[in-house]
Amino acid sequence: MSNSDLTVEKLASEEYKYGFVTDIETDKLPKGLNEDVIKLISEKKNEPGWMTDWRLKAYRHWLTMNEPHWSNVKYGPIDYQDIIYYAAPKKKPKLNNLNEADPELVKAFEKLGIPIEEQKRLAGVAVDAVFDSVSVATTFKEKLSELGIIFCSMSEALQNHPELVRKYLGTVVPYTDNFFASLNSAVFSDGSFAYVPKGVRCPMELSTYFRINASETGQFERTLIVAEEGAYVSYLEGCTAPIRDTNQLHAAVVELVALDNAEIKYSTVQNWYPGDKDGKGGIYNFVTKRGACRGVNSKISWTQVETGSAITWKYPSCILQGDNSVGEFYSVAMTNNLQQADTGTKMIHIGKNTRSTIISKGISAGRSNNSYRGQVRITSKAENARNYSQCDSLLIGDKCGAHTFPYLETNNPTAQVEHEATTSKIGADQIFYLNQRGISTEDAVRLIVNGYCKEVFRQLPMEFAVEATRLLSMSLEGSVG
Amino acid sequence: MLEIKNLHASVEEKEILKGIDLKVNAGEVHAIMGPNGSGKSTLANVLAGRPEYRVTSGEALYEGKNLLAMAPEIRAREGVFLAFQYPVELPGVNNTTFLRTALNEARKYRGQPEMSAGAFLALLKKRMQLVEMADTLLSRAVNEGFSGGEKKRNEILQMAVLEPRLAILDETDSGLDIDALRIVANGVNKLRSKDNAVILVTHYQRLLNYIVPDFVHVLYNGKIVRSGGKDLAMELEEKGYDSIKEKEEAASAIQ
Repeated sequence: MSNSDLTVEKLASEEYKYGFVTDIETDKLPKGLNEDVIKLISEKKNEPGWMTDWRLKAYRHWLTMNEPHWSNVKYGPIDYQDIIYYAAPKKKPKLNNLNEADPELVKAFEKLGIPIEEQKRLAGVAVDAVFDSVSVATTFKEKLSELGIIFCSMSEALQNHPELVRKYLGTVVPYTDNFFASLNSAVFSDGSFAYVPKGVRCPMELSTYFRINASETGQFERTLIVAEEGAYVSYLEGCTAPIRDTNQLHAAVVELVALDNAEIKYSTVQNWYPGDKDGKGGIYNFVTKRGACRGVNSKISWTQVETGSAITWKYPSCILQGDNSVGEFYSVAMTNNLQQADTGTKMIHIGKNTRSTIISKGISAGRSNNSYRGQVRITSKAENARNYSQCDSLLIGDKCGAHTFPYLETNNPTAQVEHEATTSKIGADQIFYLNQRGISTEDAVRLIVNGYCKEVFRQLPMEFAVEATRLLSMSLEGSVG
Repeated sequence: MLEIKNLHASVEEKEILKGIDLKVNAGEVHAIMGPNGSGKSTLANVLAGRPEYRVTSGEALYEGKNLLAMAPEIRAREGVFLAFQYPVELPGVNNTTFLRTALNEARKYRGQPEMSAGAFLALLKKRMQLVEMADTLLSRAVNEGFSGGEKKRNEILQMAVLEPRLAILDETDSGLDIDALRIVANGVNKLRSKDNAVILVTHYQRLLNYIVPDFVHVLYNGKIVRSGGKDLAMELEEKGYDSIKEKEEAASAIQ
């Protein structure tokens, strides 16, 4: 056995660093789903009647649907009656600042390496912490409200700004959209709501750290971000979940709406528990994320770094309705061990002179499977639409798989669509070259992988880029063989 | 500094090195010459620890330590440097980041503090003058899209930054035009000192016009068959390797 193999064995045996369970008393509903459960969720959250009705319509529609199985991932049947659809920390503190938060919670964040205090101080990040299903602490709210910016949990938004929620909720991802989106519409627990009024440039990155904590609790986050005419907002989402033996379903919905000349930048770093090295446990991440560039010259940009989850099924998309609107998708998806990812984007060109860019970097290691699936559709009215797609795959070792499924549909002769794809491997000669310069094999792989992902990392805000680099390094542990 | 005793090594079960003995002292420059396929590059790579090469017997002591027992990165941190015959491209890996990482790994190993970005850049600028390298190559990915000459100069730049005690140059002259050869040779000459040693692996004598060796060894069929001073190189240039081949083949026929 060579020296590098030994290192690999050692690293592969390292356990998921974030596997701990925070002991906060939880108030949860019994397992199972029916109309009463939905009514109860809505009631617990003191929601307006139209919201309850909407949930019920979604539920009734969901009952008519079948779970989709077209993606390139495999998993056993999910028992939707064996899931708890609502869990909230029993203490529901109204907090003015984090010092009032449950010390257990603060400790949990510290274990995640995300001291909120530090976050607040450092970058001026307003953090809306979603802990299981109910928001516990929201910061910087005052500063934002001076500018007319609303940034709060979805539950609060439904209490304080129901007219805004009603105006936009479900307008990008209707409750009939797909199986998981319908389920989410019926049972969503909480999430974030951000609204930036006309002409306002949000002065700080809005950030939410999601965290799945209560055992066997499906998480159904619902996020809605609206940028009015000329507004700008950058939103950061980061996720970590502790170790569980049974798979946990996560079916979130994110909707973005950009009006005339507005810009939304949405960045995700996702490192949910991927399961152990034999594929036991881990999160099922079945997410619907979609942005609508409704106005002229509007822009929506998705950046994602996906290192976690047992299964990722996710296609952040842009509907380019407004003339001259721009959609971007930058993605790094890393899979190791037995992880499966089927991820990509959809760019739907409707307006004239609409442009989209897709940069996707897949990294597969271990026995994992990584698929890029992307659709570019140029409708007949989209004069002079342009798309550039670049899909690269990097293989580490010889037991993993990389797949690319590009779907191009052009219905307007003026369209320009470009697609490039590459597949490469980290070569033994590259590793030896770096070894010979004094760099260990693990560090060599990190250097190469970070170099490979640079185009995407460049799109992330600074603090996030640093975290992404660190997470990628952790996911790479044990991947060199 | 380096003492190689009866070193045997194989690649894919084929024995390439068949008993090498070589002693290199600090301050010396040794040239290893020989025809293609004689085992020159194998020797260079075995000393650097390339995993595809398997040492079957013999030993190599470096500063009194068992070199062959060390992982490649430890050898590097101990001060053994290999200038590659075919420098590897590392897409996306910034040249400056790479060099600074390499230097700091060696510094950490020696218990020295890591060098800050600013201090490193100052050092780098100085070293770049040695190899007459354009600044633009620093912001590019390691060797990616470099010309053959640029890659070789980049190797010498790395050597200049890392300041190895034992530098092994594997056919650094191959594929270089005369100007690039002069630049590379100048770089190496400026780094020569009484404390370090250089092993030049080369097929041609012309490099030795620029880097004058203290000793010349002829490798043939996995063994050093002749050793001498710089005049030996001149003799080989004149007569070619055929005379050596004939002599060795005659000797093995008798056996």
